[in-house]
Formats: sequence, C-alpha cells, structure tokens
Amino acid sequence: MAKIKETARVISQEKLADGVYSMWIDSPAIASQAVPGQFISLYCRDGARLLPRPISLCEIDREGGRLRIVYRIAGKGTAEFSAYQAGDPAEIMGPLGNGFPLEAAEGKRVFLIGGGIGVPPMLETAKALKGEKIIVLGYRDSQMFLKDEFEKTGSVFAATEDGSFGTKGNVLDAIRENGLKGDVIFACGPTPMLRALKNWAAQEGIECYLSLEERMACGIGACLACVCQSKEVDEHSHVHNKRICKEGPVFRAEEVEL
Amino acid sequence: MNMKVNLAGVELKNPVMEASGTFGSGAEYGEFVDLNRLGAVVTKGVANVPWPGNPTPRIAETCGGMLNAIGLQNPGIDVFARRDIPFLKKYDTKIVVNVCGKTTEDYIEVVERLGDEPVDLLEINISCPNVKEGGIAFGQDPKAVEAITKACKAHAKQPVIMKLSPNVTDITIMAKAAEAGGADAISLINTLTGMKIDVNRRTFALANKTGGLSGPAIKPVAVRMVYQAANAVKVPIIGMGGIQNSEDALEFILAGATAVAVGTANFNNPYATVEVIDGIRDYMEKNGVQDIRELIGAVR
Repeated sequence: MAKIKETARVISQEKLADGVYSMWIDSPAIASQAVPGQFISLYCRDGARLLPRPISLCEIDREGGRLRIVYRIAGKGTAEFSAYQAGDPAEIMGPLGNGFPLEAAEGKRVFLIGGGIGVPPMLETAKALKGEKIIVLGYRDSQMFLKDEFEKTGSVFAATEDGSFGTKGNVLDAIRENGLKGDVIFACGPTPMLRALKNWAAQEGIECYLSLEERMACGIGACLACVCQSKEVDEHSHVHNKRICKEGPVFRAEEVEL
Repeated sequence: MNMKVNLAGVELKNPVMEASGTFGSGAEYGEFVDLNRLGAVVTKGVANVPWPGNPTPRIAETCGGMLNAIGLQNPGIDVFARRDIPFLKKYDTKIVVNVCGKTTEDYIEVVERLGDEPVDLLEINISCPNVKEGGIAFGQDPKAVEAITKACKAHAKQPVIMKLSPNVTDITIMAKAAEAGGADAISLINTLTGMKIDVNRRTFALANKTGGLSGPAIKPVAVRMVYQAANAVKVPIIGMGGIQNSEDALEFILAGATAVAVGTANFNNPYATVEVIDGIRDYMEKNGVQDIRELIGAVR
C-alpha cells in the first residue's frame, strides 16, 4: 500500500447539521486502497495554515473512485474546507493509519459506536461489515447527522445530550437503557466516551477497539506529535508512546492509556 | 554546473538537507522523495537512552508557523545504531546524526558511540527549547557553548556541527563561542520559544505551555542571524528556519550559508526537499551561475 499525495477534485459539498459538512472528493488512487477507519490529510489553500487536517473517511466508493469526509468546523482550516465547491481542487494525502480490524468482528455481534464527530468513520465500517451490527450513536441534540444512512445498514440506537431524541445522555446510557449485548466493540468519539467504553468493555469482558484523535503535523509517523500512551513499549521509540497516525488511529482498548 | 559543497571536509552532492526532528530518520518521507537526491539526511535527535518526550498536545498551528514541544522523544543510541543507521546506509546521501543530552556526559556517550558508526557528521543539539535539562541550557551561555563544543570535539571522530539557539540576544557571541570550542560547522536557527493560548478552553495550546516556533513566520529572523553569524565566524554554516521553497533557500545561501535545511515545510509538502533542490538548479541555469559556491555569502 502506498500513500498518495495529490490535488484531487471536490465532487460535492453539503451541510448536514450546524457546523457539520459532508464532502465527496474524487480520488480513485486513494479510494482503491483505503479501508474503514483510515483517514486522509487535507491541506489548506491558505499558506498561513501550514498543517494538514486529519479527517476520517466516512465512505469509500471504490468503484466510483470517490471518498467522503464528514467533518465539523473546529477552526479556520475546517471553515476553509466548508467553502469548497464542486470542481474545486482539494490537496489531500492518504490513505493514512491502520483502520478497524474487520476480521475481529467476523461471526460476532459487533457494536459500532460513534460519538459526535466520531460518528462518520463508523458509517464505512458499518457498510463493510456483513454480520450482526448494533449501532449506537451519540449526538449533542436532535441534529443527528448520518443517522438515516446508518439505518440502512443495521439497527440504530441514539443518545442525545439534551434528551431531544432517544436516550438522554451518552452512548453508554443508550446501551444500558436498551439492554444491548455484543461481542466486540468498534468505537470513535471524544476521549471521555472512549475512556468510559474501555472501562465498560473491561468489566463486561468484551473485545474493544478504539479510534483515537490527537493534534498531528506530518500524518505519516515522522514528527512524533500525535502519540498516545501505550501499555507496551512502542516499536518506534522504545518508550510507551504509540503514534496515532501510524500504529493507530485504531488501538485495542487494553493497549492504550486514556 | 556544480551544486556540490564542502561542509567541514564532507562533500555534499548539493547543499540541501532537512532539519532535525521533522523527518525522523528518513523512512517515512522516503515514501514520497528519493532520499538519494538529498545532500544529507539529518536525523531526529538521539540520546544515550530512550526519551519519552512531553505530554500531548505537542503541537499547535500559528499564523504562518507552528509551535512544537515534542520533547526529543527518541529510541536511544542502541536502537538507533541498530536500525536507523543501516537503513540510511542503503542510500547515496550523507548522514548527519543529531545528538541530544541532559548532561555533558550524555552528549559524550552518544558522540563516542557514533565514533565507530558509518555516519558523516554529528550535529550537537544545544538549542532545544522543550526539554528542562540539557538542550537549550547549554546554548544560551557562551561559556557553556564553548565547553560543550570542546567536550564533544575531544571525543568525536566525525566533524562536529553545533546547532545554535536563536533565543539569545546576540547570535554572533554564540557562534564565536562554538568556533572557539573547535566546532567544524554551526547550524542555525533552532526554533524560537513561543506560546499559544486557547481562549475557548482558557488554557495553553501545548501541554508543555511553551514550544518552539518554526515555519515561514521565523524566516526573516533566521536569515538575519545567518548573515550575522557568517560575518562573525569562518566555519561553514547550515542555514535553516522557515525554508519552504528554493527562493527561501537561496536567501540563506546568499546570506552566507554553505548548506540549508528544510524543516516544517515537509509537513506542508512532503516533496519540499527535492523541490528546493530542483529550484536552486533552475535558478542557477537561468542566472548563468556555474558553481553554487559563487552564491554563498554573495550578499554583503
């Protein structure tokens, strides 16, 4: 697998919720190699913003040679991206990171859990998994972006922080309220959510894989900015710092300290 | 047309390398650029033992630049010598090993270990602003600069480059101190100490509170310091600080740098190093420059 850096073209841009956008990008070279849970680096056109933004792949259309990203405006860089229109160039690098270990879910009931802007990468994962899926999505409020698309792939349970839809609270509250059971967890979301899932999975004895996030510079494992604390000695620096962009972003829950 | 330069007795096929810490030991960027094309590969700083570095967040973007406080995470000299040096030896480029330490003894241990390794130059990092001991502590006092330079030179088999900090009042005093200590070359600038505050979270953007500023925002400071140092010492200079393209690199060469290093630009463009090499060649062709050495320090 080779990483590609290229000037791709924006196919479409759509607003899904307040501050949340969906962009399709034409990139046959990356789409042909990418797997669920991987991410791309998106580079700003404004030269004053030097660092690429790591954004997870929400959908990978191999036949159509297209990638979909769904992202939240978190600053000036993502605000710039949200103004891109069909036909505009988009400077990208990918596919980056490891992705979810789909083989670990074979023949098992798999929890697919997304919280906030951690929801998007779970969509391609849901589409790629053929077995029994229990999808649990956590949102701030009733602006439940992508929920209808998840419903085409399996049974969806939602939690909203303000209680405007589904379970009031977080994804773990939704799991408990609905008495959901599964054998393996794939999850992406804010660190407090991942920490809670890690603890719950350990108590219940469920295999658990978490997709982590951290500020990145290079995106390819050279700069050592985006490390997480790992239980085992890491292969790169022989300390306890795994690189989220390279060894991750998906880790076995027991492998990382959150 | 000649692009070769002589750096402290080591001939580089061209004057372009990358800056320590932005490029690992080359393996990751080797997926994008042919490492054979670089004048040299400068490794990330290596210490006598593995260093875990600082807590995250370790980086923050600023307008036209970035702050980093990685804290010199590295695997230590044993793993480095076993893994990274053999990797780099597969390429037709020179190897510059950046050496870091907390004490003089730490530096000497690494320098001695490298004596029997097939590396071409040692770059002594006395200018990292992100570690509490060592690093910059050696780089802000001329007596300490001279002493650590002498100590490294006494134990080094390869030529020694001292990497200087810009976080000083007068760079020429530090350049002269390194030269007095026997440095074979100097490299500058390392990052400028900076800070960013996240107003929404009302806290520091970096876990380390402060970090080193790099990128195009610091280039004019770096060019000025290279110019001042070039007029103060005779040893060759590796110029760096915000180089993004060949025009930037040429500014440093014209200011007096014998070689240049591309750092933060790699994050923005993984092809930056080879684009700088190609751009310098184009400039020479267009301007009828037969030998790159005609350009070194040509602006006085």
